[in-house]
Amino acid sequence: MNRPTRAQSHRAHPAFWAFVAHRASGLALALFLPVHFWALGQAIHGEAALESFLAWTRNPIAKAAETILVLLLAIHLTGGLRILALEFLPWSPRQKTAIAGSAGAAVLIGLLFLLNLGAGA
Amino acid sequence: MRGMEPGTISVRVWRGREDGGFAEYSVPRRASQTVLDVVTFIQRKLDPTLAYRYACRVGMCGSCAMTVNGRPRWTCRTHVAKLGAGPLTLEPLANLPRIKDLAADLAPFFDKWAQALGRFVPPAESKAEFAEVPPDSKARQAADAGIECIGCAVCYAACDTAAWNPDYLGPAALNRAWTLMNDVRDAAGPARLAAIAEAGGCSACHSHQSCREHCPKNLNPTASIAGLKRMVAKAALAGDIE
Repeated sequence: MNRPTRAQSHRAHPAFWAFVAHRASGLALALFLPVHFWALGQAIHGEAALESFLAWTRNPIAKAAETILVLLLAIHLTGGLRILALEFLPWSPRQKTAIAGSAGAAVLIGLLFLLNLGAGA
Repeated sequence: MRGMEPGTISVRVWRGREDGGFAEYSVPRRASQTVLDVVTFIQRKLDPTLAYRYACRVGMCGSCAMTVNGRPRWTCRTHVAKLGAGPLTLEPLANLPRIKDLAADLAPFFDKWAQALGRFVPPAESKAEFAEVPPDSKARQAADAGIECIGCAVCYAACDTAAWNPDYLGPAALNRAWTLMNDVRDAAGPARLAAIAEAGGCSACHSHQSCREHCPKNLNPTASIAGLKRMVAKAALAGDIE
């Protein structure tokens, strides 16, 4: 017989979504790390190699990817601070507010980065 | 009759063990009908071989919990009318072995309570004086906040950490440990703290808060586990546990 179509899930609540966002951003950042080290490694091949790579990163697609990267970092940072507060401070009944606040702060950081990009261009 | 809803409920019920499947039943809709009423109707009128578990029917004993439409619930206090007009899908509690039909094996759940030293341990020698327990003390209030657990295992079935990590003690056992750690009469504090500091203890919790979300008694095991994490961190910094 078929498995049930799950009308509801025990995971359908904000604290679990916050966990998923924190875990997914962490995994994505871990996947990016080798690229980061590869880029830094270009410096070993001399100034010209690094400069040509840095010039390439000024294209719009790289800038868009950079913005996503900043957003991921912000999500992971604010989510991590929320978990530290949850575990090391006395319990607060305002958990959903904390989740909304950390998400809002992450989006704000991403938007500030975008604004800065616009100013720099 | 007031509140009487005509019609029938289509119910899909898990039959068998792990390798079982769903059987479908049609149950008449009644006023103020609980999910447990539906299961009892099936067992008494449609198929006497259906296995399920209940005792008190009033939300005290914690034995009738099942997976209802994908989430764990106490069935004696879950009204069918509040679940919407759609069909009901009933399975045994998740994260536990299936015995038969809707009965899950709770042995691993209660074994973990024992592992977390989830029982009151009196001092070796009885004190001459009664212990003073000021009701408004911080410790007593922390214990009171978690003490009404009925052991229904809804939190354990809702916990993804319990699903992913077979060694994880689970929200109920750790909540019980937290209430005892805040009981001034209990004498097993250091041993209990060592037990819950092990791998699979309180530090394994990812704070998903599904236990808090689904506890039918509105308890907050996540808060209890966070309290234990702080106790363990303090003890580790003080060198009391490794």
